[in-house]
Amino acid sequence: MVRVSFRVNGEPVELDVKPNELLLNTLREKLGLTSVKYGCGIGECGNCTVLVNGEPVLACLTLTVDVDGCEVLTVEGLSKGGLTRVQKAFIEEGAVQCGYCTPAFILMAEFLVRSKQEPSIDDVREYLKGVLCRCTGYVNIFKAVLKASESGRGREKVDKG
Amino acid sequence: MVVSEIPAINITARNTRIIPFEYEYYEPRSLKEALELLDRYGDQARILAGGTDLLVKMKARLVEPRVVINVKKIDNLRYIVEDGEQVRIGALTRLRDIENSELVKKYIPALHDAVKSMGSIQIRNMATIGGNLCNASPAADTAPPLLVHNAKIVLSSVGGDRVLPLTEFFKGPGLTVLKPSELLREIIVEKTNAGSSAFKKVSRVAVDLAIASAAIYVEVEDGFIRNARIALGSVAPKPLRAVKTESLLRGLRIDSREVLNALKTIDEEISPITDVRSTAEYRRYVSKVLVLDALEVAYTRLKGGVHG
Repeated sequence: MVRVSFRVNGEPVELDVKPNELLLNTLREKLGLTSVKYGCGIGECGNCTVLVNGEPVLACLTLTVDVDGCEVLTVEGLSKGGLTRVQKAFIEEGAVQCGYCTPAFILMAEFLVRSKQEPSIDDVREYLKGVLCRCTGYVNIFKAVLKASESGRGREKVDKG
Repeated sequence: MVVSEIPAINITARNTRIIPFEYEYYEPRSLKEALELLDRYGDQARILAGGTDLLVKMKARLVEPRVVINVKKIDNLRYIVEDGEQVRIGALTRLRDIENSELVKKYIPALHDAVKSMGSIQIRNMATIGGNLCNASPAADTAPPLLVHNAKIVLSSVGGDRVLPLTEFFKGPGLTVLKPSELLREIIVEKTNAGSSAFKKVSRVAVDLAIASAAIYVEVEDGFIRNARIALGSVAPKPLRAVKTESLLRGLRIDSREVLNALKTIDEEISPITDVRSTAEYRRYVSKVLVLDALEVAYTRLKGGVHG
């Protein structure tokens, strides 16, 4: 066992883990953060996306021992001070179907609005392409992200599909 | 070839939720420490960098190392620096760092194109250039750009360093000349102002592995190709240079039909296979198109036009 200490959603965490334990399983099974989803387990679907030190990575391909000393953010940590602009926009635009991929999309959208002032529709596609939605509800998701970024640019293009 | 002849996908019906075995785990803090561990454990050990290839293989038990050496905590292997006439890239540099590097965009534009086209932002935040090369997939997108820029690699072991041209590094799918005690430490590219480069690939959807890829480096003088280097991915057991085609391009007018004729020689230099991603026939066809497209982009860049 290896002793790791890191912060999850602002709270300090100290755990003993085996070196082959994956961050996805630590977050879901030991810390109860079930917004982080298991999809493919091989880095294709992006549904296990979390932010580590502010950067999006895949929890299914990250060893827990590797985030020692890091700051991990999941959707549970986003809404502590009320819903964020991105979350509100997802609700307003109905950007949710079955909901399985929603946490990963929310985190990537948060990362986008933090990284770019006025993202274009191409930026939105680039930032979101690593998350798969099997309901194929992308149009409303794109609308929500553009809305959250307070930019109407590209809106028309989304409507035209 | 008809669809029924395409070999079935080899999906290992394993649980990809966990890594199904235990291993000894090390987190060296310095290169010296890492090399000593490699010297001690040799082929019993695997180097963990970004994890986007190794952990997938471990989940499927395609590799089952007794020892895992996580080198990510070695800070001074993550850099892109200008050093006289060279650009040096540390093996642990993330693909995302390379994508955002102005140095790479300026001096190794084909590599900038390649990393931008690879996986998702999440993958590029994790995957390293050293990992992409050492994994030695014929579809490794960082390889063709580095091959056309005559990149050299530095392999380190407790016994010292050796420097090799990248052309001598790959042996076949997943195979390199790396010895069990060696670690790829650095990639060196000579800066050049004489020419420019570009990379193109086709894949099914944006985040997929390449069906085929091509990089070109070209120098043009008065509308004539003075020098060209071509490298291709996913069309042979390893990423390779198309040296015969390159020699035929030399001296041709860049906008002439002869360039198209010369590109036909690519057929003799590649040996694509049919697999789940594409057919050999399509790969043959599209390789020439990709080289031509890359040539156009590189030439536009050379003329000072903005392209990508």
